[in-house]
Parts: sequence; structure tokens; C-alpha cells
Amino acid sequence: MPETMIVILQLILFVVVSPILSGLISKFKNNIRMRKGQVILQPYYNLRKLFLKREVVSENSSWIFKAAPFVVLASMLVCAGLIPVLILRSPANQAGDFLALIFIFSLGRFFLALSALDTGSSFGGMGASREMFIASLVEPAFCMAVFAVALQSGSTDISAISLRHAVPVSSIVAALTLFLVTIAETSRIPVDNQETHLELTMVHEAMALEYSGRSLALIEMASYIKQMILFSLIARIILPVYLPIGIIIVAIAVSLVEVSVAKMRLFRVADFLGLAFVSGIVASICAILGV
Amino acid sequence: MPDFLPKQFFLFDPLSIFFLCVILVVSFPSAVYSFGYLKGGYPSAKITLAWFLFIIFVLSMVFVVSVSNVLVFLVFWEIMSLVSYFLVVFDTGHEKSIQAGMIYIVMTHIGTAFLIAAFMMMYKQAGSFDFSAIKNACQTMPSQVKNIVFLLFVAGFGTKAGIVPLHIWLPYAHPQAPSHISSIMSGVMIKTAIYGLIRFVIFILGVNSSWWGVLVLVLGVVSCLVGVIYALMDHDIKRLLAYHSVENIGIILLGTGMSMLFISKGLPYLAVFSLIAGLYHLINHAIFKGLLFLCAGSVYKATGTRDIEKLGGLIKKMPQTAVYFLIGAMGISALPPLNGFVSEWLTLQAFFLGASSVIGGAKLFLGVCAGMLALTGGLAAACFVKAFGITFLALPRSRHAEEANEVSFSMKAGMFFLALLTIIFGLAAVPIIGLLAKVAGFSTGIDIGNMRFSLNNLIINPQIGKSIYLSTPLLGLALAGSALAGFAVYLLFARIKPVIYKTWDCGYYKLDARNEYTATAFSKPFRIAFSFFLLPYRRTQKIRESFYHVKSFVYETHTTPVFKKYIYEPLLASVFRAAKSMRRIQLGSIHLYLSYIFITLLLLIIFINQF
Repeated sequence: MPETMIVILQLILFVVVSPILSGLISKFKNNIRMRKGQVILQPYYNLRKLFLKREVVSENSSWIFKAAPFVVLASMLVCAGLIPVLILRSPANQAGDFLALIFIFSLGRFFLALSALDTGSSFGGMGASREMFIASLVEPAFCMAVFAVALQSGSTDISAISLRHAVPVSSIVAALTLFLVTIAETSRIPVDNQETHLELTMVHEAMALEYSGRSLALIEMASYIKQMILFSLIARIILPVYLPIGIIIVAIAVSLVEVSVAKMRLFRVADFLGLAFVSGIVASICAILGV
Repeated sequence: MPDFLPKQFFLFDPLSIFFLCVILVVSFPSAVYSFGYLKGGYPSAKITLAWFLFIIFVLSMVFVVSVSNVLVFLVFWEIMSLVSYFLVVFDTGHEKSIQAGMIYIVMTHIGTAFLIAAFMMMYKQAGSFDFSAIKNACQTMPSQVKNIVFLLFVAGFGTKAGIVPLHIWLPYAHPQAPSHISSIMSGVMIKTAIYGLIRFVIFILGVNSSWWGVLVLVLGVVSCLVGVIYALMDHDIKRLLAYHSVENIGIILLGTGMSMLFISKGLPYLAVFSLIAGLYHLINHAIFKGLLFLCAGSVYKATGTRDIEKLGGLIKKMPQTAVYFLIGAMGISALPPLNGFVSEWLTLQAFFLGASSVIGGAKLFLGVCAGMLALTGGLAAACFVKAFGITFLALPRSRHAEEANEVSFSMKAGMFFLALLTIIFGLAAVPIIGLLAKVAGFSTGIDIGNMRFSLNNLIINPQIGKSIYLSTPLLGLALAGSALAGFAVYLLFARIKPVIYKTWDCGYYKLDARNEYTATAFSKPFRIAFSFFLLPYRRTQKIRESFYHVKSFVYETHTTPVFKKYIYEPLLASVFRAAKSMRRIQLGSIHLYLSYIFITLLLLIIFINQF
């Protein structure tokens, strides 16, 4: 079964390569700010440290807290198997399409939010509430972007988006929408900030605050994979051929946004994602007009 | 003399059989559940009464979906409404029950009035009350009349289904009934209205023009959003679920409305496909909403409160109920690989298929509807994170929650059955869609002989010839496999055992349930983001011991019930005003009353001759 092997190879690739993207973004950001910054491989060192560290589990928590990291990781791995990276037509598309991707994302998020509520810490509740708020506004924008791309290629099959050669206007606008979605989904500035643990601003970090050791490593791993999934989707849409270059371009764009914009108040995020939704609608209109 | 008496009483066609299945699938576990639920809560005479009403209620619904005559239909429709009224006011001790029952019975009769008007107009054309005769007559019905009949049906069945803005009774009535009845009311009774819409509008009347479908779609989108936003704001676990019924009826209407739109656009494949999506969501909602109401009933029985702000930590006291609630919550939040996921995916896919097949502005309309459905899905997931997280996780917030115990065997059995179905309807999507295709094909009158509805090779657009796939068993397998792989890696590093320790409390050392996030706090971002619709207001007050020291702090926040305040209260006030002015002609003289009767008679004769 060579095709199944390719999917497994792709998953291994995701697990191995995805942390480097965060390292790259961090390096880019620091270099733009005229700082030296950490080494690119820092995420790997962090993961190693976390895997070897003792884990602390809250006495208030239940099995949800223990199970959540596996569900989160599993949902991201399944998504990573669905998208076309190594080959243009992923054999895993037998299992689900572009729309299914949105639902699988929300499976991981659902459990992470529950685990955040499970420890009885106010930080966790705060993170869960904010994450679900942002996610519920992200979903329509995500859906519109998928809609535009699918209208253009005639199918919600993810492979279909990568089997084209010309890049129409609608795809570019859709990629822009997905970019805004990515900023929100990967907890980047201006929606969230990965670098801080300040309770006023943190969203994703607040949810994972009670995790430590191996469980935290799995959750971090899942976030890296999610980031790479979204980056490669955007790269596939705007630059169907040279995927690695596309991913790096997206990473540069993310770091440029991060250094040039200030973090928004939570309630301004609604406007930000409203913009994403509108840009998704524009993408759909372009797709309907056939440009 | 036209024949009032039915020639044929029953009608078991695929549509009726489908709805009979829905009724039985929820009624059976609810009946099992009620053994444990009623025991100890009520005196034995009342338990007997509950069983009596339960049986009549279920039978009346069975008859509603299986009779073949409009008059008989109306009789059983009315019995269903009345019996459910008695069940809403079953807990007579509560003042709320009486009020809820009052709102319910008034609204349901307004709905029935619309239905009677629609049926009378149909009768005038057909000269018979039999479905088959009416169906024949409807083919020659002028389109003006058809439009009016359609609108009357939407208003009449919409009231029963709880379509916004006719949903007003639903969040009062459903939570007030005993929980096994709530599960049937939300799971099944409101679906009889969808049965009515499909039977009378699509099957008998025949879709006339494309604005019918558009109207139903718009009503569906509005119901989805309004239902889920109100559910987010509500912290009474049963009322929250009742608002979710409004939302899910909206999703079912999306499928149904699309089907109507595609019938009028001459796209038979899509018409059947969308109706499959709607029907699939209908039976899914019956299953998971039934399950969730049973779980909510267990929580209520164990703790004596429905306010989730007073609950918490129940996952340790009621582990099985927690698992069943989690499965239901995952189903309703459309998480793969459970049943809600399949039907919402089908609905989204129908939107997409439609948008790639119709022409012009309808494309964008369908696209925006799909976006709104995605928003609804996101908000529903948020709401169930709140409902499950606050109720079952972390520390108990009150003594009631601390002293809760797992419920009895029969209650668990009822919940187990529905939880199992939630999973089965997710995994066995392919054969179920095959069955639903027959129902949808029959209802729309489209021959599905040469159409293929299969998830493992769904031909989206025959012109392009591309196919898409969805396989819930594969997804489930992949999820389980990757979770196991993660677990294996986790075990690989298991040299150091985890320590159990306190939650991080910033060095406060006295973290307790009062420090937990509350449901009100959880929903605050949503309250602010949707403030244009919710119109929230709050009251804060500091109670001071001295200028420097605040002893306590009062914080109250409410949202304005927009529909009640701006639609129903003015309406009610004007009804009372009209009634007051009517008093002028009530003089108590019998001669005057006789003349009123005579004048009314004259007017009616003129009316009948005119129309």
C-alpha cells in the first residue's frame, strides 16, 4: 500500500518539520527588531525539555484533563493527513474534504477548552471563553474562504485546489482570508500573543496554563502541526507548485504582521474577524464572477 | 353533501414511516428513563397520571404523522397540543409552570388557527378532506391561493416548530415539563411541525415559486442564530437546551428550504440531496436533544437545581451521566465522527452544491447562508463547552452539587441507548443516507432510481465529474489511531510519575469554587459582541463599611428579551385595548345579542358568496 505509506510519511514529516516554523518566525521577528534572537531549533529543545520534565496534574481535574492532549493531537494529525503536501492528490481524501477540516479543527478546540475549565482555575476559564469566542467568529470566515476556493475549483475536495496551475483573483482573496484566519487560529498578534503569560491578553496560553511536562509537549506539538497545516493550505492556494517556498513566504508575512501591529483588545477581535468574513465574501463574489 | 368522513384512515408511506421511527426512537428510551425519574419525585397517583398522559401524548403524535385525512389530522394535532399542555403544567407546585403553560396554550392555538384557515382554503378547492384528493386538486389551484396557503402553513407549523419570532413559548414550556417529557417535546413534538411542512407544502401543495424556499431559508438562518445566541446567554440547563431546539429547527429548515428552492429551480438531484440533509439533521437532533434533556433531568434529579452556576464537579459524582452528556454535547456541536457532524456537513455540502449549480445572485445568497451556518456551529460549540464545563467539571459550586449521586439504573439505560444511537448515526452514515434518499425522493415526488447518494463517492457536479468523500468510520479510526500514537509517545517518556498538586493560584493558597470561572463570565465576550441584539444592561453596587473598605459588591446583569419586549408585549397590550373597547357593545340585552348574531350571519353569507 504505497499510498498509505505516503500519508504516514507525510504525518511524520509534519511532526518532524512543523516546530521549525515557529523557530523561523521567532527568528524573523527578532531579526526585524534588530535582535539576535533564539536559535531556530529552539522549539525542539523546548519539546525535549518538556518531555523529560515531571508533570504536575491538578487535584481538581478529571479524566477530561488527561485525555484532552491526545484528542487535540489526534485531531491535528488527522487534518495533517488530509491535506495535499507530499503528493498533489492525497489518498486520505477518502476520509474527508475541506469542509470536514473545519469540523475536525473544532474537535481539538472543544476538548482543549474543556480541559481548561477542568482545573477550576480562573485563567483556564478565561482562556476557554476567549478561545471559543474567537473560534466561533473564525468559522464563518474560514467557511467563506473554503467556499470561494471550492466554487473556483468545482469541488470541496482539498486536492482539487492544488491541481490547478493558474491562480485566479478569487484564490488570492481567499488566501488573504485564510491568512487572517490563520493569525487568529495560531494565536498570533494582533489576536493573541504567544510570547506572553499576562492574564489580560493571553488566550491559548491561558488554556494550556495548567499543563506541564509531557502533556504540555503534546499540546505544543499539536499547535505546531496546526500552524503548518494552515500555512501549507495558504501556500497551496497562492503558489500551487513550490510548496516549501510558499510556506516560508507565509511565515515571513506572519512575522511582519506580528512586529508591525499591536495586540488588539479582545472585543476589537470581533471587528478583525468581521473583516476576515467580508474578505471571504469578496472572494466568493470573485469566484462567482469567475475571475 | 360532500364526504366529510375519511375513506381511508391511515397512510403508511415512506414519509410517515420515517417520522414514526423518529417518534419511537426517542419515546422508547424516555419511557424507560421515566421509571427512575418519576420514582421518589411524585406521589404514586401522580405517577399513574404521568404515564397516562405520556401514552396519550405519544399515541397522538403517532396518529398525527400517519393519518390520511385533514380533519382527523387536526383532531390529533389538537390532542397532542392539549396533552402536552397538561404535561407542561404537570409540576403544579411551580408558579412558573402555570405561566409557561398559559403562554404555550395560547401560542399553540394561534398556530392551529392558521392551520385551520389553510386547510379550509384547500378544502374549498378539493371538496374533500382526504390527502390524495387535496393533492390532486392542488395541481389546478391558482398560484395566488397557493401562496396564501403556503404562508398560512409557515405561520401555523412555524409556531409549533418554534421558528423565530414565533419561538416565544418554547423556552418557557419545554424546560417546565418533567425531563422525559421535555426530551420528547424537543426531540419529537416540534418535528411534527416539520412533518407538516414537508407533507403539506412539498408533498401535497407542491412548490410553486422560488421565493418559498428563500423565505424558509431566511427563517432558518434567523432561527439558527437567534436560538444559539439566546442559548449562550441562558444558564438554566433545560432552558439552554430549549433554545438549542430553536437553533436546530433552523438547521433542519435550511435543508428543507433548500430543497424547496431547488425544486422550483428544476434541480431534482439537489432537491433530494438537501432534503436528505434536513431529514438527517432532524433525526439526529431528535436523538441528541432527547439525550441531553434526559441528562439534564438526571442532573436536576440529583442536585435539585437547574441553574448551572450552582453546579460543577459532577463528573466525579455522576461519571456515567457526564459521559452521556459529553457524547450528546459533541453530537450537537457537530464534532466528528458523531451524528451532528454528518448532517451539518451534508447541509454545508448542499449549500455548496447549490451554489455551484444555480445562477446569479442565488449563488452568493447560498454562500452567505453557509457562512451563517458555520457561525451557528461555532457558537453552539462554545455554548456546549460552557454547559458541560460549568456543570460537570472543576469544583462543585454549591452543597447541592457536592452531595449529588449517580442516578438509578433505568435512567442510565435510557441515556445509554440514545448515546449509543448518537455514535451509530455518526458512523453508519452511508446506509442511513441510502434510506433517507427514499424518504426524500418520495416526499419531493422525484424518481431517485438513477441517482446515487453515497458518501464514499459523492459526485458533486456531473459536468465536472469531480467527486468528494466523507467517511466517518475512517475519520474515527484515524482519530483513534493518532490518539493512540500520541499515547504511545506519552508512555515512552513515562520514567517520571506525574504529581498531583493544587491548581496554580498565584500564591493565594485558598483556591476554591468561588474562584472558578462562571457561566456568566464565560458568555461575557458573546454578550458584548452581540450587544446590538441582546441589549444587555447591568447594575453594580458597592456596599461600603467605610470609605476605604468595600464590604461586598452587588453585580447583576441581564439581557433584554427583544422579541417579548418589542413584539409580544405591545401586541398583548393592543389586544387588551381592543377588548376594552369592545365592552361598549356588551350591553347585556338579549335582543341586541340576537341582532348581533343575525348581522354576523348576513356578513358570512355575503362573504361566502363573494369568495
